Amino acid sequence: MSRPLADKWFRWGLLASAALSGAVVVLVVLFLLVASWPALADLGPGRYLTDTRWYPSGGLWGMSAMIVGTLLSTLGAVLLAAPLGILSAVFCHYYAPARMATLYRRLVELLAGIPSVVYGLWGLVVLVPIIARWHPPGTSLLAAILVLTLMILPTVALVADSALGQLPGSQVAGAYALGLSRAGVIWRIAVPAARRALATGTLLATARAIGETMAVLMVCGGVVNLPTSLFEPIRTLTANIALEMSYAEGLHRSSLFVTGLVLVLAVVTLVTVADRLGEEPTGG
Amino acid sequence: MGWYDRWRGGLLAIGLALAMAGAACSSTADGAKAYPHLVITGSSTVAPLAAEIGKRFEQAHPGVQVDVQTGGSSRGIADVRKGNSDIGMASRALKTTEQTLLPFTIARDGIGLILHQSNPVNELSRQQVVAIYTGQITRWSEVGGLDRPITVVHKAEGRSTQELFLHHFELDNRQVKPHVVVGDNEQGIKTVAGNPDAIGYVSIGTASYDASHGVPIRLLSVDGVAATLENVRNGQFPLSRPLNLVTREVPTGVAKEFIDFARSTQVIDLVEGQYFVPTAGG
Repeated sequence: MSRPLADKWFRWGLLASAALSGAVVVLVVLFLLVASWPALADLGPGRYLTDTRWYPSGGLWGMSAMIVGTLLSTLGAVLLAAPLGILSAVFCHYYAPARMATLYRRLVELLAGIPSVVYGLWGLVVLVPIIARWHPPGTSLLAAILVLTLMILPTVALVADSALGQLPGSQVAGAYALGLSRAGVIWRIAVPAARRALATGTLLATARAIGETMAVLMVCGGVVNLPTSLFEPIRTLTANIALEMSYAEGLHRSSLFVTGLVLVLAVVTLVTVADRLGEEPTGG
Repeated sequence: MGWYDRWRGGLLAIGLALAMAGAACSSTADGAKAYPHLVITGSSTVAPLAAEIGKRFEQAHPGVQVDVQTGGSSRGIADVRKGNSDIGMASRALKTTEQTLLPFTIARDGIGLILHQSNPVNELSRQQVVAIYTGQITRWSEVGGLDRPITVVHKAEGRSTQELFLHHFELDNRQVKPHVVVGDNEQGIKTVAGNPDAIGYVSIGTASYDASHGVPIRLLSVDGVAATLENVRNGQFPLSRPLNLVTREVPTGVAKEFIDFARSTQVIDLVEGQYFVPTAGG
């Protein structure tokens, strides 16, 4: 067997870049494990999960309030962004005049490209004072949810838009030929056919919401607190790392790596679920 | 692709990573030999001033490189202890456990309570501040203000501003019931400027600078002493702190030159430019 030399080199080049990218991920996770090991070995995983109070200088290391804060803000943002994004994509595809649809797509792409710190700044100087007038202090779970919603909306909308665009034209045409109304075509044919892609897009958006740091840090209040209402401040896991990392030493620093480990686990879970949903069952 | 190929690929990647790490290490080692390189780490309050002084020092001493990195006072002290840096920066006096280190004060700064400009409250007693921060007083009407709920702005753990504040008011961090926890002075000021019902505490230097540039905040008197740079200078203001450069041993060579320079009259304009109180020549 004699393959051309160029082909061989190309193959090795591809292999090397793939291996390097893979190795980076593995090395990052290994680094996280090594860096969080002193805290995990000394305090044990239980200390982090059972307590809601986080006072590193006072020996209290509870992360559960921050885990709840992360989950609530993410869940709230997904509950708002998913329907909005999917409905706007449906409108764009089946109702909007062509020029309006194009303009709308450009706008959503622009929204997706804005750096998160800009959303955070907007949230801090516009959104938080508005909420504060209504129900002080303003920096709250609600503010975090609204800023996150804005940030993940483009992801949901763009994925939904491309999913609807990739549906075979014959399905939609066939449905019209059978005499279904436009609403009937959308809700009975198009959306069910695209549901896997819609779910995958939503999960990717969820992963982005969990990992978002700057914007949330600026509007959530940063108080380690189990919220009993939308207007109470929270602290997310990412905000905890960003607020304290450069000021932490010893066990405190190691505990912040444990926070990072918890985040990575959450995102890995989401991506795995998204992968499963994305696989079309054979013959389905 | 078989498992053998994959294994070889992984080995290649690890080899590459090691090679890069090796290259990075050797380059810093070479750099240290080639010209004097001063590494200064620590307090985010001192860092902007140290960086300005560093620039001027580099101009006066061609070939010297001053590298200033931010990371909080505790980090600055830990780095000096471990020998990771030549000079540490701390925006507080040394603790009793840190007495083996040598502090060199380059300026003083005060910590002041700030309110929104529209808040009619003019003064708070020590007891009132403590009651507000521990959640016993929750409305401004209880201290002579409007009938509005108080938003308590507190700092995150590890900040020397927070340590000094808690120490002065004899509070344990676990007693404090904050509504907002902020990281740095600017975030604290933005939070209070955006919320007419908020109270916070920040560096007087930063607050004076922002207030004189149109940010709607007001500095409050502490224990009856107005929060001005003048009162920090004459030692009357109770919540003040030294801004220190810290070394492990008696400084020699470039480190000594830099510390002498930072404490000399040649940098007074830089200290005042950051709204701190100079200690040199006074």
